[in-house]
Amino acid sequence: MSSVKVELRKDQIEKIHSFCDAFNNAHGELINVLHKTQSEFGYLPAEVQEVIADRMGLPVAKVFGVVTFYSFFTMIPKGEFPISICTGTACYVRGAENVLAEFKKQLNIEVGETSADGKFSLSCLRCVGACGLAPVVLVGDKTYGRVAPDDVKEIISEYGS
Amino acid sequence: MDQVKLIIDGKMVEVPAGTTVYKAAKVLGIDIPVLCYMDLKDLNIENKPGGCRICSVEIEGRRNLAPSCSTDVADGMVVKTNSMRVINARRTVMELILSDHPKDCLICAKSGNCDLQDMAIKLGIRDIPGQEYAEVSTYRLDTSPSIIREMDKCIMCRRCETMCNDFQTVGALNAVNRGFHAVVAPAFEMNLEHSPCTYCGQCVAVCPTGALTEVDHTPKVIQALSDPTKTVVVQTAPAVRAALGEEFGLEPGTRVTGKMVTALKNLGFDYVFDTDFAADLTIMEEGTELLDRLTKHLNGDKDVQLPILTSCCPGWVNFFEYHFSEMKDIPSTARSPQQMFGSIAKSYFAEQIGVDRKEMVVVSIMPCLAKKYECQRDEFKVDSNPDVDYSITTRELAHLIKQANMDLVNMEDNEFDAPLGESTGAGVIFGATGGVIEAATRTAYELHTGKTLESVDFKQLRGLEGIRSASVDFDGLEIKIGIAHGLGNARKLLEDIKAGNSQYHAIEIMACPGGCIGGGGQPLHHGDSSILKARTKAIYAEDEGKVLRKSHENPYIIKLYEEFLGNPMSEKAHQLLHTHYFERKKKVFEV
Amino acid sequence: MSKYSMHLLVCGGTGCKASESDILTEKLKKELAKQGLEETVQVIMTGCFGFCEKGPIVKVMPDNTFYTQVKPSDAEEIVEEHVIKGRRINRLLYKDPKSKEEVEDTGKMGFYKKQLRIALRNCGFIDPESIDEYIARDGYMALGKVLTEMTPEATIALMKDSGLRGRGGAGFPAGLKWELARNNASEKKYVVCNADEGDPGAFMDRSILEGDPHSVLESMAIIGHCIGADEGYIYIRAEYPLAIARLKTALQQARDYGLLGDNILGTGFNFDIGLKYGAGAFVCGEETALIHSMEGDRGEPTLKPPFPAEKGYLGKPTNVNNVETLANVPPILLKGAEWFSSIGTEKSKGTKVFALAGQINNVGLIEVPMGTTLREVIFEIGGGIKDGKKFKAVQTGGPSGGCLTEKHLDTPIDYENLVANGSMMGSGGMIVMDEDDCMVSIAKYYLDFTVEESCGKCAPCRIGNKRLHELLERICEGKGEEADLDRLRNLGEVIKDTSLCGLGQSSPNPVLSTLDNFMDEYQSHVVDKKCTAGVCKDLLEYFILEDNCVGCTACARACPVGAITGERKELHVVNPVTCIKCGACMEKCKFDAVILR
Repeated sequence: MSSVKVELRKDQIEKIHSFCDAFNNAHGELINVLHKTQSEFGYLPAEVQEVIADRMGLPVAKVFGVVTFYSFFTMIPKGEFPISICTGTACYVRGAENVLAEFKKQLNIEVGETSADGKFSLSCLRCVGACGLAPVVLVGDKTYGRVAPDDVKEIISEYGS
Repeated sequence: MDQVKLIIDGKMVEVPAGTTVYKAAKVLGIDIPVLCYMDLKDLNIENKPGGCRICSVEIEGRRNLAPSCSTDVADGMVVKTNSMRVINARRTVMELILSDHPKDCLICAKSGNCDLQDMAIKLGIRDIPGQEYAEVSTYRLDTSPSIIREMDKCIMCRRCETMCNDFQTVGALNAVNRGFHAVVAPAFEMNLEHSPCTYCGQCVAVCPTGALTEVDHTPKVIQALSDPTKTVVVQTAPAVRAALGEEFGLEPGTRVTGKMVTALKNLGFDYVFDTDFAADLTIMEEGTELLDRLTKHLNGDKDVQLPILTSCCPGWVNFFEYHFSEMKDIPSTARSPQQMFGSIAKSYFAEQIGVDRKEMVVVSIMPCLAKKYECQRDEFKVDSNPDVDYSITTRELAHLIKQANMDLVNMEDNEFDAPLGESTGAGVIFGATGGVIEAATRTAYELHTGKTLESVDFKQLRGLEGIRSASVDFDGLEIKIGIAHGLGNARKLLEDIKAGNSQYHAIEIMACPGGCIGGGGQPLHHGDSSILKARTKAIYAEDEGKVLRKSHENPYIIKLYEEFLGNPMSEKAHQLLHTHYFERKKKVFEV
Repeated sequence: MSKYSMHLLVCGGTGCKASESDILTEKLKKELAKQGLEETVQVIMTGCFGFCEKGPIVKVMPDNTFYTQVKPSDAEEIVEEHVIKGRRINRLLYKDPKSKEEVEDTGKMGFYKKQLRIALRNCGFIDPESIDEYIARDGYMALGKVLTEMTPEATIALMKDSGLRGRGGAGFPAGLKWELARNNASEKKYVVCNADEGDPGAFMDRSILEGDPHSVLESMAIIGHCIGADEGYIYIRAEYPLAIARLKTALQQARDYGLLGDNILGTGFNFDIGLKYGAGAFVCGEETALIHSMEGDRGEPTLKPPFPAEKGYLGKPTNVNNVETLANVPPILLKGAEWFSSIGTEKSKGTKVFALAGQINNVGLIEVPMGTTLREVIFEIGGGIKDGKKFKAVQTGGPSGGCLTEKHLDTPIDYENLVANGSMMGSGGMIVMDEDDCMVSIAKYYLDFTVEESCGKCAPCRIGNKRLHELLERICEGKGEEADLDRLRNLGEVIKDTSLCGLGQSSPNPVLSTLDNFMDEYQSHVVDKKCTAGVCKDLLEYFILEDNCVGCTACARACPVGAITGERKELHVVNPVTCIKCGACMEKCKFDAVILR
C-alpha cells in the first residue's frame, strides 16, 4: 500500500493518544480507534499507525495488517471532493462500468488515487441502497442518480475543474 | 478421556476424543499430506490455520471436503483420504498454489529441502494449466543482515507469523492486505531492518518454501579460503556438532564433532577452533560478574540490580534492546562466545602467530541467524575490521562440505587445534536451554564457596519447559535461577522484573526453542520436536564424556588469563570481552 | 398519533434522501407553518417504503394517498391542494404501467398487492426516531411478554415451532441456534446482530435499521434473556451513517425508557447493547470472521466447529443473527408460532425481503411470503422488464448465488428450491437481467467482487477465484478455448469443495450456474467469438448498415488502417480482419450507418 510521508505535530499525537485512551487501549477496540482516527485525519498514514500501535501496545505490523485488510481504511488522503461510484450489481447492470471509465478518463486517475491537485479522488463502493437511481455516483455526501457517461463532465465541472 | 471409533480408508481406528482426523490417520499409518500445518507439541506451538487445504479429506455425510489437520474425529465417522474426489481436489489446489509460485527451483536456496517441492513431487504435478496468462504475485526482495525475504514464494501457511507473534512475541511479521495480494510482511511492507525483528530466524526455520532464507555467506568464505594471503580461522558453536549429521542422513542426535573438525581442515581452514573455548571464557567473565553483583547486592548496594541476565544469545539481545530498552543495564555485559572468540583470536592469538588482524579472517559456524547480524555490529569492530568476519549456519556448512565432495559420514575423527580449541563440558552445554546457567553455576559455586562440587549435573536446570525455575544451594546461600527459552517466555520473566515481582538472582534466556540446538540456522526440523530432544541429548552426552566439565578448570583459559588478560573483569577483559547495549526502537521512517 | 388529524409520511430511506426527500420534508413543514397547520398536520420522515423506483415517496394518512417522485417544489401544492382543499394531485399519483391509469392508494398497486410485510411492518409507517411510535405499534410488547409471562425454554420452543430460519444466508433455524447458545454453560455470553450487509445489490438490513431500529434492539434483548446474556453488540457497516445515527438514537431512547440497561421492566433482567463498526470487508458477514473483526483483528474466518454458540466473541458462547431475522422475532412472539408457520412453504416459513433491482420496472425493497414464484415477483410486483425487453435471467443470493432462467420462473422461492437450482437465498439480493445482459460478463462481475473480497487465508479462494476470473476475462476477450469451459467447471467445483468458509464455498456459484443455464452463451464466446448480448467489446465488429450508408466515404477516410472499402455513393464495407476497432469510422459517420454488433 503506498503511503504519504507526514510529520505529526505534538497536538496531533496527543489527539491520537486520546482516541486510544478513550477505548482504554484495549486491543479489541483497534478497529474503533482506527475509525475515530481516520474520521479526524481523513486517512491513516504510517506515522499515525505507529502512534496508535505504540499507545495501545500492539506491534505496528499488526495495526498495518488490520488497516490493509479493510477497504474502508486508507493510507492515502482523499481528495477535497471524493468521488465514489457505486458498483453494486444493480448499478453494474445499468452501466456503472462505463460511468467509472469516463471518470477515470476525465480525471486521469485510477480507482484509489487522488488527482495531482488534491481536488478529486476516485473510489468504488458496493451498493449504497439507492438502486432505484442506478447507476449512482456520490461526490462527498451528494448523490447523483441515473448517471450516464455523458453526464460525467458536467458533474466534475460543478466542482470547478 | 473418551475413546472414539472411526473408519479411515476402510480401516477401523480407535483414538481419544479430540484427536484430529490427521492424527487418527497417522495411527493407521496413513500419512495425509499437509503443507501449512505444523505441530511442535513439546513447545506448545501449533499452526493450523486450515489455509492450504492440501490435507482435505472426504467425510461421509458432509457436503464439502474437510481439512484433516483441524477437523476433530467423531464416533462413527467414515473418512476417505484417497477417493478420486479428494485426489482431484488436492491436485487442483496444489496446481493453484504452484500457479502463484516461481518455478526457479534450480537456484532456490530451499531446493531439495522444500516442503512445497516435496508435495509437488508427491502429487506428480507436471503442468500448471493456464500458467501462461496467470497473474503471479511479485514482491520487493528484502535483504537484511541475516534474513532474506523473497515473498514471491510465500504460500500463506502463516507458520512464520505464528512463530514471530505467538511464540516469540516479537511482532515483526503480520498478514497484510487481502485476497490475492495477502502476504506476510513487516509493517508498511518495509524491510525487516526497520521492524522489531530480532533475527532469531525461527520464521526461517519453519518456512516450508524458499520465501524466508538465511543470507548466504559461503561465497565469501570460499573467497577467503582461496586467498593465500589470509589466515582463516574457524570456530564452531556447540549446537552445530549435534545437528550437522542430519544434513548427511545421520539420525538426529548423532554427534559429529570429530568428523566436522576433519571436514573443516580439509576445506582448508588454517586453524579449526571451538566456540566452546570462548564459552568457557564467557563463564569466567559472566560468572565473575554474577558473583560481583550478587555480593554487592547482598551487601546492600542499591545501585546494583538483580537478577543478572545472560547475554550470549544475540536474538535475545536484539529483543531486549527493542522491547525492554529501559532495562538494558540488567543483562550481563559479557559479550557472546562468538564475539569473545573473535576478539581473542584477532588479538591474543594473532599476536602469538604474528599475523596482523587485517590479514586474519575469522569465520564462525553457528546454529543461528542473529549471529550474522551480531558480527556486523559496530561495537565488535576495531578500525572497521570486524572481530568475526563471517558467520555461517550449520546448513551453510553442510552445503560447503557437500560442494567439496566430502563424505562426512565416513570421515575420520580429528581434534580441534590448540589453543582456542580446548574446552570443557561446561562450554558444550551452552547449546541447550539451561546450559549456560548450569555452566555458570558450576564455576560460580566453586569460586564462591571455595569447595569442589560433588556432582556437576544440575538436572533441575534442564528440560524443555518454556519457563523453568530452580534453586541452588551455595553453601547456605540459596541462589534462585530462572530459565526461559523462546522470547515469548522471556517476555513473561521480563514483565515480572519490570513490575518488581521477580524472585530470581540470575536468569538465562535463549531466543530459540530448546536453545541453540533449535536455532534458526540449524537443519530444518520440519515441525518434528523429537529432533530437538535428540540434539539436546547429544549435547549432554558430549558434556558427560569430557574429563574437564568446569570452565575455570580449562588449562588454556587459565593460561589466557595468566599471559594476557590478567583477571576476569580486568580492564583488558572489559575492553575485549564486554560490551554495552543500545535502544533499538526507532520510528520506521527515521531509520 | 391522536394529536394530529393528518400525517404526511415522507420516505427517509437512502434512495429517497438521495433525491432530496430531506429538503422536501423541510419544505412541507415550512408550508404547513405558513398556513398555521403545524399543530394539526404532522410531517414524519419514515424508513424506506420500498418503492425506490419512483422515489421520493410521500404518503398521506389517513386517506392512504401515495405520491411518487415528489420534488421539494411540489410541497406548496401538496399543502394547498391536498391538505387544505382535500383534492388529490393527480400528476403525482402512481400510474399503472399497463392500464396507464392513476392509482390512488397502495392497496391497489401491483407493487404492494402481493407483498406481506412482517420484517418491514414498520418501515414507512413510523418515525424511526420515535420510540413512542414503535411502542404504539406493539413495540416492546414481545419483550415484556417474554420477561414476565414466558420462560426462556418456552420462548425458544415457540421460536423453534415457528420455523424461522436465518435470513442472512444459509438459513439455519433461529430457535435451534438460540438453544445451542443457551445450552453452553458460561458466566458470560453475548448476543450479536450481524448488520454487515455487504452483498453488492442488497439493502434490506439497512432499510430495517433506518426504518425500524427498535425491532432489532427488542429482539436482541429477547435473545439475551433466552440464552443468558447481558451484553449485545450490533456489528454494522461504517458506510451506513444514517442507520448508525438512528440506532444511536434508538439505543438512548430504549435506555431512557428502561427497556435496556439494568433491571429491565423491573424483572431483574439486565441487558445492554453496544455498536461495533465494520470497515468494508464482505467476508465479515461470515460469523467467525465477524467475531474476529469485533475483536479488533483481521476479519479472517476460522474453521467451524467450534461454532460461535460454543466459542464466540472473546471466547464466550455467542449468538449471531442478522437484522432481518431479528426483525421477524417480535411479531412471531406476539402472534404465535402457528400464525408464522402458516405462511410460506413446508420447510421455509414466513416471508423474505428482497432487494429487487436491475432491468426491471419497479426497483425496490419487497417482502413476500416464502413460496411466491419468481414470475410473481418479477412480473407482478416488479412490473416486468424495463423498456419492454425480454427477460433473460434473475440472479439471487448475490456473489454467493446463481443465475436462474426462464425455466425457473414458476418455481416457488424458498431455501431448498433455490439451492436445488444452483443458487441460494443469500441475504436477498435479486437482480433481473434482460436480453442485453451478457451472462459471461455477469459471472465475471461477481468473480471480480469475490476476488476483491476474498480474505486470502485459504488457497482455493485466494488463488482459485483469481484464476476463475482470469479465465472469464479471456473468454470475454475472445481468447477462450473450449477446454477452458471444462477448467471453469472443475476449478469451480474444487473451490466449492475445499474452501474454508462460506464465501469461497459459494463464490463459484455465479460461474457454475451460468455454465448450467447459459452454456450456449459461453459456447458462442468461445467457439464463434461472439457476444450475442453485445456487451463484450472485444467480440464486437464494426459493421455498416446498407440502409443508412450513403457512400459519403467519410468513414473510409477516417480509418487509420484502411479497413473500409467502397466507392463514392455506394455501400461501404468494413474488413473485420484488418479493423483495429478504434471507432473512428463510427465517430465520423453522420448517418448512424456504422454500428457495433
